[in-house]
Amino acid sequence: MEWLNAVVQGIMLGGLFALFATGLSLAFGVMRFVNLAHGDLAILGAFVAVSVTSALGLNPFVSLVIVVPVMLAAGYGLQLGAFNFTVGADPLPSILVTFGLGVVIQNALLQTYSADSRGLDVGSIEVESIAITDAIAVGWIPLITLAVAITVLLGLQLMLSRTALGRAFRAVSDDPATARLMGINDRNLYAVAMGIAFATVAIAGVFLGIRQSFGPTDGPAQLLYAFEAVVIGGLGSVWGTLIGGLLLGVAHGIGGQVEVSYGYGSGPLLGHLVFLAVLATKPAGLLGRRTE
Amino acid sequence: MTGHRVTRSDRQSTFGLAVSAVLLVVLVLLPWWDGDGSLRVPLVPILYYLALAQMWNLLAGFAGLVSIGQQMFVGIGVYTLLSFAEDFGVDPYLSVLLAGVVAAVLSLPVAALAFRLRGGYFAIGTWVIAEVFRLIALESGFLGGANVRTLTRESLGGYSVDTRNTVTYLMALGLAAGATAILVFVLRSRLGLALRSIRDNQEGARGLGVSVTRAKLVVWVISASWTGMTGAVILLHNPSTRAESAFSVLRWTALVVFIAIIGGVGSTTGPIIGVAIYWGVREFLEDADEWRFIILGLIAAAMAITAPRGVYGLLQKRWAVQFFPVRRRLVGPGIGGPAPGGQSQPAPDAGSTAR
Amino acid sequence: MTLLEVRGLDAGYGDFQALFGIDVDVAEGETLAMIGANGAGKTTFLRVLAGQVPTRAGSITFEGADIGAVRAHRRVGIGIALVPEGRKLFGSLTVRENLIIGAHPGRPGRWSLDTVLEVFPLIRPLLERPSHVLSGGEQQAVAIGRALMSNPRLILLDEVSLGLAPVVVKSLYEALPALSEGGATVLLVEQDIGQALSVASRVVCLLEGRVSLEGRPADLARSDITAAYFGMPATAGSEGPS
Repeated sequence: MEWLNAVVQGIMLGGLFALFATGLSLAFGVMRFVNLAHGDLAILGAFVAVSVTSALGLNPFVSLVIVVPVMLAAGYGLQLGAFNFTVGADPLPSILVTFGLGVVIQNALLQTYSADSRGLDVGSIEVESIAITDAIAVGWIPLITLAVAITVLLGLQLMLSRTALGRAFRAVSDDPATARLMGINDRNLYAVAMGIAFATVAIAGVFLGIRQSFGPTDGPAQLLYAFEAVVIGGLGSVWGTLIGGLLLGVAHGIGGQVEVSYGYGSGPLLGHLVFLAVLATKPAGLLGRRTE
Repeated sequence: MTGHRVTRSDRQSTFGLAVSAVLLVVLVLLPWWDGDGSLRVPLVPILYYLALAQMWNLLAGFAGLVSIGQQMFVGIGVYTLLSFAEDFGVDPYLSVLLAGVVAAVLSLPVAALAFRLRGGYFAIGTWVIAEVFRLIALESGFLGGANVRTLTRESLGGYSVDTRNTVTYLMALGLAAGATAILVFVLRSRLGLALRSIRDNQEGARGLGVSVTRAKLVVWVISASWTGMTGAVILLHNPSTRAESAFSVLRWTALVVFIAIIGGVGSTTGPIIGVAIYWGVREFLEDADEWRFIILGLIAAAMAITAPRGVYGLLQKRWAVQFFPVRRRLVGPGIGGPAPGGQSQPAPDAGSTAR
Repeated sequence: MTLLEVRGLDAGYGDFQALFGIDVDVAEGETLAMIGANGAGKTTFLRVLAGQVPTRAGSITFEGADIGAVRAHRRVGIGIALVPEGRKLFGSLTVRENLIIGAHPGRPGRWSLDTVLEVFPLIRPLLERPSHVLSGGEQQAVAIGRALMSNPRLILLDEVSLGLAPVVVKSLYEALPALSEGGATVLLVEQDIGQALSVASRVVCLLEGRVSLEGRPADLARSDITAAYFGMPATAGSEGPS
């Protein structure tokens, strides 16, 4: 029964991974841009929420009203002011700029907030749960996180498939030079995509902070999980990202249970190994349409 | 009338080689007049950072393999030395060579997985694999788990402190100079030509019969092996370690990347300039680890956008300097040396060039 | 009335200069065919007009305004639409989406999804298909329709006939008068001289990046066109860099 519980809790955690992966996947899909600071930006979002909640006395959920627009504007501005100069055939400049940015964010957070672990307190809902059986209970927070992840991914999918903005994203992804002939300002569109990516990763960061304690150096681990969810699911597939996140979450759940039962291994280690196994056997991902 | 020939050297690069040779002789002889080790010991980190930066440069600047997982080979080197010297009683200096062998062997399965990814995803993929090695080291009771491990006096085999300092220094010097020499040799070899054609046009290179994967794999294994040996020497210099520091992405990849970028990735001289700049920043901000990362990170990110060839690229643009003779040029009657400022050849005939 | 006035235009890519001092006028409502051999600079000329290649010297005046500095994504808004060489449909968009994305909010007019489908009825059953499964001729029809959706004043057609069966080319060319009737001035680039002369009211021939001949099809002798197209033996190859 504890193994079934591990799987259920893993699925809940997988929702968070999918939420982390969304922005990474969108930026790659629209402009083949890999943001190595993605995880650090999530942690930055969580720390902004810490400051907002303590300064204004808001509930962390409510603080999203401030955190998300701030991060959206930051993503938009950073793309226009810096990242756009590195978009191109050579991936080296974009890797270097975002890797450097990640290291800078991490150390700036260390300077500002110290190395102490933090948490975002949302009150009694944190400990409340729904009992499914005697041995399995699902916490409200993980459930809300999973619901938010599915909502964000569904919204993204609808935006991409149904709206003019989504059409423009797909057109630019296919062929930016021809998209310009349609009156599309590709550089501006990249900035919009990065704004959305920052907004979703900030949501993920805040939910991470509500769920567990976090510190300034936790960003890279979140980047790796997000990346693994994207690759497991398959590049360029929104639903693949969700499946990838859930599978990774289950691997973490089972890995954690292995650690509890046998004293070896850990959730992250099993998660990485599942990712490597998928990479070895299905490099295009489970739902992948193309390899890149 | 003399014919045309292909040359790589000119007066400038000959001068550069001469200066490097003199500098190298001075550094090799340093232990004989640096009695108390006050110069040798602080030089070691500069030298091993140069070795690491050159090896990352070889991957990212020449083979298009932007690795963020170099800490895995440093960590492998550290733990190989610990195991062989500490647990099996092998001579520590022989173990440095073994660290290179182990890193080279382990780099093969890593390549089999990571080479399935491209560009930025390759970068994160190598990072993931480095994490796996770190977690395995943490889990492994044999390697010491999460505990601090120290290279003890017994395993250092009764060498005196002074001898140890000197040998460690000379090994670090050998790794730094050797890494630079490897770059020069690789670039002058057929492999260098293959890499250059891959960098210019991967599909085209494949069409010409260049095995893209094999060329990249050779470079990958060389870099892994040399980085592994460097990791072992890092442990000789600072004999206490634990998994978190042996596999630290900040120390063994981020700083290394920053050094290479600021100095100039894609050139043999750039990382040397970068490591000199790093030394300056380190002296200036001795006790402010975070500020050091913030400042170097900001400079590196800004340079990646504005000056992708680093300080060396900026110098080259201004004075057209070439320090090591790695570029092939055609010389002969009617053909000048490189135009100042790197000016390109005259425009091709309008009628003969396809649009 | 002159819609487009190009004076002394130089353009190129990197070290390579493709166009040398081009002077071309396009009058409102005419159909101008630009002919020339492979590499003569025709496609470059259209790409300069669409803003995809920058000008190095000279001026481009469109409806009385200098548009040399107008960026590529703003050209469609002022009324210039390019049907690019190779069609360049968006592969992950359906045919309907490919057409809709061509529309421009600032340019309402005669052309809409319905009117485009009237001119190219063969597209109608394909609307919900992904565009990459279409045949070459179908793709070309969609590409022209996509450009029409922005109600352009000037429509630039690059090698409409390239790689298509003659019967398909014929049906596409039969649709061209509808473009003019819809209010667009047509500037088309063609390697197929016969096809170009059949629809054009005026012809400009490019040779190695320079205008080598200009006139009405009826006024031009076949031998003059051939000479302008291939270059006289005496002048061929003499146009090296200065």
